[in-house]
Amino acid sequence: MPATRRQFLSLAGSVTVAGTIPIVTMRPLEATPAMLSTAIRNVVGEASIRNGKVKLDIPPLVENGNTVPMTVSVASPMTATDYVKSIHVFNEKNPQPNIGNFYLNPSSGRAQVSTRIRLADTQKVVAIARLSDDTFWQVATDVVVTLAACTEDVN
Amino acid sequence: MAALINVPAKARRGDVIEIRTLTSHIMETGFRHTMDGALVPRDIITSFTCRYNGTEIFRADLFPAIAANPYLSFFTVVQESGKFEFEWIGDNGYSSTASASITVE
Repeated sequence: MPATRRQFLSLAGSVTVAGTIPIVTMRPLEATPAMLSTAIRNVVGEASIRNGKVKLDIPPLVENGNTVPMTVSVASPMTATDYVKSIHVFNEKNPQPNIGNFYLNPSSGRAQVSTRIRLADTQKVVAIARLSDDTFWQVATDVVVTLAACTEDVN
Repeated sequence: MAALINVPAKARRGDVIEIRTLTSHIMETGFRHTMDGALVPRDIITSFTCRYNGTEIFRADLFPAIAANPYLSFFTVVQESGKFEFEWIGDNGYSSTASASITVE
């Protein structure tokens, strides 16, 4: 046992450092925020992305990351001159940053798409819509995941 | 190969209808390992297309982050009676099709 308060504190400090490093290095498979922004730039190019218009319906707390229901809708009249061209969904921490690309047209009538996705960790999900005037609109939602998907072992 | 398609049987001209599709597929991510450490190769559906009387009305690119047995729901305006054709294309030459008819009054 450490005899003095100073010895105790230095011991406690070294335990904390040793305990945090493996947690960081154990996850090489995650898409980093840099990969997320690269994936978004691949779709958007140099255009600026504004917040708004897009709505992302996804449970804030997910027990099983293997199937997470998700609905993306965009406020748009969906006429021949003003419609949503495509919807792109990204994640922050799955092994790779893309979730899906959905291509719409004026005859879609309503700019809304639903699917079920996988989430490997508690993270941010980003939905981006490209309108017919080539402006981009986005929304980001945080999702807490208790059972992760994607990288678990096969039994 | 089994697919479940939900399209209303009847609609009025100009209605916005919802189309829901579900197909059976493992959607193996390619990031999982077996117990002895071997990587399980990726096997996913990469592309989904819906055509209405021959015209493409909806298309999607899918990634490993889409859950197994991909479910997709989307909307379209119907102007005339006809047929919806659905096509899923994936890794290892996977291809699957389905169709549904609608009567527009």
